[in-house]
Amino acid sequence: MPSINLPGKNDGGHDSRFFTTQKKGEMHELKMELHSTDRNTKVDAVKKVIASMTVGKDVSSLFTDVLNCVQTGNIELKKLVYLYLINYSKSQPELALLAVNTFVKDASDPNPLIRALAVRTMGCIRVEKITEYLCDPLSRALRDEDPYVRKTAAVCVAKLYDLAPALVQERGFLEILHDLISDSNPSVVANGVAALSEIAETSGKDVMKISASVLQKLLAALNECTEWGQVFILDSLAKYAPADAREAEGIIERVTPRLQHANSAVVMSAVKVILSYMELMGSANTDTIRNLTRKLAPPLVTLLNSEPEIQYVALRNINLIVQKRPSILENEIRVFFCKYNDPIYVKMEKLEIIIKLVSEKNIDQVLLELKEYATEVDVDFVRKSVSAIGRCAVKLERAAERCIGVLLELIQTKVNYVVQESVIVIKDIFRRYPNRYESIIATLCDNLDTLDEPQAKASMIWIIGEYAERIDNADELLDNFLETFEEEDPSVQLQLLTATVKCFLKNPEDTQDMVQRVLDLATEESDNPDLRDRGFIYWRLLSTDPEAAKLVVLGDKPVIEDDTFKLEPNLLNTLIGQIATLSSIYHKPPEAFVVRASGRGVMHLGVGGDDMGEDDEEDYEDDEGIEQEDPVDLLDMGGMGINDNGAGDDLFGSSTPQAEQAVRFVKVCSEEKSGGIDVLAAYHQVNGNVLMELEFQNKSCSVPVSNLAIQLNKNAFGLSPVNQQIICNPPVQVGSSGTATVQLVANRSMLAPVQPGPASPQVQVAIKNMATSQVFYFAANFNIDAMFSSGGQMDRNAFIETWKNIDDGKEIYSTVSDLPSTDIDGIQAKFELYNIFFIARRQGMDGQEVVYFSMKTMTGMDFLAELTFKAGVNACKICLKTENTSYGHLVKNAIENLLRF
Amino acid sequence: MVASAIFITDLAGKAIISRNYRGEIPLTKAIDRFAKYLAEIEDDAMKPVFHVDDNGDLMSDEDVGSTGVGGYSYVYVQHNNLYLCAVTCRNSNVALIATYLFKLASVFKDYFGTLEEESIRDNFVIIYELLDETMDHGMPQSLDSNILRTFITQRGNRMANNDKNKPPVALTNAVSWRAEGIKHKKNEIFLDVVEKLNLLVAANGTVLHSEIQGAVKMKSFLSGMPELKLGLNDKMMFEATGRANQARAGKSVELEDMKFHQCVRLARFENDRTISFIPPDGEFDLMTYRLNTHVKPLIWVEAVVEPHKGSRIEYMIKTRSQFKAKSVANNVEIIIPVPSDVDSPSFKSSVGNVTYLPDKDAVVWKIKQFHGGREYLMRAHFGLPSVSASDTGDSGDKKGKGEHSWKAPIAVKFEIPYFTVSGIQVRYLKIIEKSGYQALPWVRYITANGDYQLRMA
Repeated sequence: MPSINLPGKNDGGHDSRFFTTQKKGEMHELKMELHSTDRNTKVDAVKKVIASMTVGKDVSSLFTDVLNCVQTGNIELKKLVYLYLINYSKSQPELALLAVNTFVKDASDPNPLIRALAVRTMGCIRVEKITEYLCDPLSRALRDEDPYVRKTAAVCVAKLYDLAPALVQERGFLEILHDLISDSNPSVVANGVAALSEIAETSGKDVMKISASVLQKLLAALNECTEWGQVFILDSLAKYAPADAREAEGIIERVTPRLQHANSAVVMSAVKVILSYMELMGSANTDTIRNLTRKLAPPLVTLLNSEPEIQYVALRNINLIVQKRPSILENEIRVFFCKYNDPIYVKMEKLEIIIKLVSEKNIDQVLLELKEYATEVDVDFVRKSVSAIGRCAVKLERAAERCIGVLLELIQTKVNYVVQESVIVIKDIFRRYPNRYESIIATLCDNLDTLDEPQAKASMIWIIGEYAERIDNADELLDNFLETFEEEDPSVQLQLLTATVKCFLKNPEDTQDMVQRVLDLATEESDNPDLRDRGFIYWRLLSTDPEAAKLVVLGDKPVIEDDTFKLEPNLLNTLIGQIATLSSIYHKPPEAFVVRASGRGVMHLGVGGDDMGEDDEEDYEDDEGIEQEDPVDLLDMGGMGINDNGAGDDLFGSSTPQAEQAVRFVKVCSEEKSGGIDVLAAYHQVNGNVLMELEFQNKSCSVPVSNLAIQLNKNAFGLSPVNQQIICNPPVQVGSSGTATVQLVANRSMLAPVQPGPASPQVQVAIKNMATSQVFYFAANFNIDAMFSSGGQMDRNAFIETWKNIDDGKEIYSTVSDLPSTDIDGIQAKFELYNIFFIARRQGMDGQEVVYFSMKTMTGMDFLAELTFKAGVNACKICLKTENTSYGHLVKNAIENLLRF
Repeated sequence: MVASAIFITDLAGKAIISRNYRGEIPLTKAIDRFAKYLAEIEDDAMKPVFHVDDNGDLMSDEDVGSTGVGGYSYVYVQHNNLYLCAVTCRNSNVALIATYLFKLASVFKDYFGTLEEESIRDNFVIIYELLDETMDHGMPQSLDSNILRTFITQRGNRMANNDKNKPPVALTNAVSWRAEGIKHKKNEIFLDVVEKLNLLVAANGTVLHSEIQGAVKMKSFLSGMPELKLGLNDKMMFEATGRANQARAGKSVELEDMKFHQCVRLARFENDRTISFIPPDGEFDLMTYRLNTHVKPLIWVEAVVEPHKGSRIEYMIKTRSQFKAKSVANNVEIIIPVPSDVDSPSFKSSVGNVTYLPDKDAVVWKIKQFHGGREYLMRAHFGLPSVSASDTGDSGDKKGKGEHSWKAPIAVKFEIPYFTVSGIQVRYLKIIEKSGYQALPWVRYITANGDYQLRMA
C-alpha cells in the first residue's frame, strides 16, 4: 500500500488541515474528488466531508457521492463512509435506503471486520424502513463463525428492539440471544447478557430468565470476560433472586473474588450482588454474614483512593451501605476524614458518612475533626461541619455536652455564618434534650445582632419564646425584632408571633401591648394567609380561655429524633439493589426519574411524556405496531354478528365454579368518560396468576368494541399488564356487554415511589379504544388478596417467632360484625382459597376461639393475622401484624371483606 | 443500560466532538444544557453526576423526579482543558460510565501523547473510530489501546499491514489484553514495587490517618504467551499454604486490600493466594494494595509560626527523618503555605535551598539528600503590609479568607529508594513459556510520598 499522509502523531499530520479549505465552489471540488479514481484522493475527500460535518456544516448534499465510495475493499474508506451515513441517514431516510444493498453485501464479506462493521452500522441507522433489510444479515451474523461478529450482532439485537420490538420477537432473536449465553466465547456471552438485560429493562418483561444452567454459564463467563463484561454479568446477577439461602451463598462465593478487581465498576457491582443476596440469607447464617461483612470493608475503603469523580459515586453508595449494614465500616471512620485538597463534593459526602458512623467510641476524634473543618474557607462546607456537630449531639446523648462545648467555642469566633449555623443546630439540641442545656442561652443572646438569615433568626426567636421565663429581658429582645416585623421572611414572622404569645402567657403583665401589636400585625397588616390564620387562632384562644391557650401553646413538644438513618427501609432495600446506578446517586428509586422505555408504544395513551423533540428523534412510526396487529380481522368477525345479548351482570356470578375465588365486579368507569362504554372491573387469582377481569357494557358507542390497549400507572403493588392488548371476541355491540381478562404481573419497576403512610389501593388505568382512538382513564381499587401467594404457609414455629419479633406498635385491630357465618372450619376453607393459610387454633378465655393465619404476597410481604371469635356472638376481632405497615390496612380490609361475603 | 451519548467539550462546554450512540436524546440540546450548567453553577456546587428534568431544569439530588419522570443525567470528568461527558436518560450504571470515561481518556493519551483540545481537533477521524470501537450502543467494549491499535485503521504507520482483514484474536479471547506472536530479542521483565505513604497529621501532632498505597508495576518484554507466577511474602499466603512458621517469623506482610490487573486469575488467588497471570506486553500495573497500619511519619515537620500583625511573620521549621540511617530520602521538598501578602522574604537553613513561590503562596525547602535519623532547622522571615488583605475586604462573610490560605497543611514530597515501608518483598517471579527461553526479572523498590499532609497549629 502506498504511504500516504495520514493523521497521527508520528507523521505530524493534522486533521485540522481539513477544516481550512472552505472556499467557494468547494462542494463541487469535493464532489470531483469523491469521484476520483485515486483511492487516496477519495479517502482525503471523505475526511474533508466528515471534518465539515463535525464542525456543523451541512454536507448532506454530497450523500450519493459519498455513498458511491462505499464500493471498496478498503476498510478505512468503508469506515469513513459508514461514519458519514450514520450521521445523515436520519435527515435523509430515503437516501439511506440506497445504502442498504451495500450493507447487505458487506454483511457477507469474507473479512469478519467488515461483516461486523456492516451489522453494527446498520443497527445505528435509526430509520425504521431499514429494519426489514436488517433481519436476514443479523440472523446470519448471530451465528457467524467469528466471535467478533457474533458479539457485535448481539448488541445489534438490542438496537433493533428499540426500533421494532415486534420484529425481534417474530424473528426469534430473543431465543438466539439466549443461546449466546452458552457461547464458547466470553465476550459474546457478556454482550448477549448486556443485550438481554437491556431489552428486559426496556420492555419491563423478564426476557433474561436466569435458569440454573444459565446461572452456571454466567458464573463461568465471569472469570473470563473483559472487565466491562463482568459488570454486565454482575448487574444481571443482582436482579436475580436465588431460590434459597444456599444458592445465594454459592453465588456470593463465586462473586467475592471480583472485589479484588482493579476496575472500580466491577468492585461496586460485586458489592451490589453480595449485599442484595445477604438479605436473602436471613439471620440464620450469622457466621457467613459476619465473614462477608469483614470482606466488604477493604474494597470499599480502597474505592476512596480512586479519582474524585469515582470517589463521589462510591461515597453516595457507601452512604446507603452504612445505613443498611453499619457494621461493615464501623471501625473505618478515619478514612472518611476530609483531606484539604478533596473537591468540595467529596468533602460534603464524607461529612454525611462521618455523621452516620459517629459513636461514643470515636466522638472525641470526630469533634476535633469537625472543629478543624469549621475553620476552613468554603462557606458551605463550614456550615455543614457546624451543623454536623449539632447532629452528633442529637445522635449521641452522652456526648451532647461535649458537642455543645465545641459549638460555644465556635460561636466565640464571631464568624457570621458559623454563629448562625450554630444557633440553628442548638435549637435542635434544645428540642432533643429539653431543659438541660439552657445555661448557654446567655451566650446566644450576646450574638443576636450577627443574625441576618431567616432560618437562624427564626431559630433564635423560637429559643427566646420557649425559654422566656429564663431570659430576663425576653420581651425587650422580641420587641427589637418586632420593629422590623413587616420586612421579615414569613418563617421569621411566624416564629415571632408564636414566641410573643408564649412570652405573654408566661408573663402577661409586661407584654400585653406587645402581644396586641403582633396580633394586629399578623391579622390585619399581613397578606400571608398562614400568618393571618395563626394570628386569628391565637387571638381567639387568648380571648376565650387563656388557660386553654396555655395548654395548647405551652404544651410539651414531641422530642425530635436522630435523623441519621433517614431512608425508609423499603426504599433502602430497593436502593441497595441499585448500587452503582444513578438511582444510588440520587437516592431515588429508578422509576422516580426514568421514563419506562417500554412505554414508548403505549405511553402515548396516557403519560406521553417522552417526546424528546423532533430534531434528533425520528418518529417511532412502528410504535403502535403491537396494538394494531390484527384489528381488521377482528372487526370483520364482529360483522358476522355473534351477539349474545343479555348475558348481563350475573354472567360471572353464576358461572364461577365453587372452588375458585369469587369475583366481585365494581363499576369503575361510566359511559360519559369513555365514549359510551361502562367499565366494570374485578381482581382475582387463578392458578397463581393475578387477573384483572374487565366487563365492557357498550351503552352508546356506535363502533363495536373489539380492540383495546391497556396501560396501568405505577401503583403501590407494582402491577402491570403482561400484554397490553385487549381483544373482545366477539366485539361488543351497542346494548350488549363483553368481558376480557388481563393478566397482571408484579414488577419492581412499576412500584409507585414509596410514600409515607398507608399505601393506596388505587390502580390507575388508561384504556385506548383502538377503533375510535379514544383514551379514557379510571381507577380501580385493587384487593390485595388477589396477590397472596400460594407459598404463604408458614411453619408454626416460624410463625410464633415472627409474631414475637414484630413490634406491638405495628399491630392493626378491627372488629367485623354481622357475619354470615362464624363457622371456623368454613372460614378456614374459604381462606385457603385465597391463600390465607391456617396456622393454629386455640381456646381462649370465656369461650373464645382464637385462630391464626399467615399470608404472603407475591412480592414477598408477610402478614400474620389473629382472629378471635366468641361463642354466641356474631362478630370477629381481627389483629394483624406485619413489618410492611403501610400495607397492613389493605390486608385488614381484605380479611374483613372475605369474612363478610 | 449505559450511556446514550458521549461528547467532549472545552472548558466552556462547547462541543468539540460527539457520538450519539442511541439516538434517544437530542444531543445538540443536551450539550447546550451542559454548557449552561458549567456557566451557571458555582464551582463549589458542581457535582460530577447531575440530573436535569424534562424542562431542562437542574434537579438537586433531593428533587430528582419531583417534577415527574423524564429528563436526563450527565456524568463527566475533566481532563486538562477538556470535559469528557456522558449523558443518559436511563438508570445507568454510573460507576461503569465514570470508569469508561477515564479509560477512554487514557486510550486517547496513548494515541495522541497528550489529551487536550488541540489533540482532539487534530485527530477527530481517529476519535470517531475509537468511539465506535470502544463503545457500541452505549455499552463499553474493548478499551485496551494495545489491542485497539492492531485493528484501528486510522494510523498511518500501521496501514501497510495487511493482517487487518481479521479482527485480532485478543479482541474476543479470554486473554483480551495480549496479542499473539509477540517477539522480543531479549526476554526481560522489570518489576517496580512502589509504595506511597498517605498521611494526615493533626495540628497537635497526632496521626489522624496513615495508609500505605502500594503498587507492583511491571514492564514486560517477553515473547510468546508466557505464564508468570509471582511470590510475595504475603502473610495470608503463608498461612494458607501451612507455612505459619514463616508467617510468624516477622518476615511477612499482611496486605489488606489487593487489587489486580485483569490478567490475574482472581478465582485462583481467592483459592490459594497464588498470583498467576499472562502479562500484557509493555507497561502495566500488576497489582495495587493498601495497608492501614500505623506508620511513623517518615519525614516529620514541625512549624512554629509567629505572626506580628501589620509588620512581619516568622517561621521556624524543624524537620526530622524517622527511618533507618542507612537509607536516604532523595529530592525532599517541604512546602509551607504562607499568607498571600507577604514580602521581602529572608531564609536561613542548616541544609538545602529555600525559595519563595509567590504564585503558590508557599515556601519550598528543598533537600537533595536527607539521610535517616537526621534533624534540620530552617527559619523564614517575611514582611507583612501594615494593612492586611483580610482587613480591607468587607468583614463578615469574607473574614478569614486571607488567614485561611496560609493555614493550609504543610505538604512533603520525597523518594526513598531500596526501601518499602510495609516490608513487602518479592520472593520469586517464575516465567514459563513453551519455547523454554530464559527470562531475566529485575526488581526495584521505592517508597515515596502520597497525599502527605501535616496540619499547622
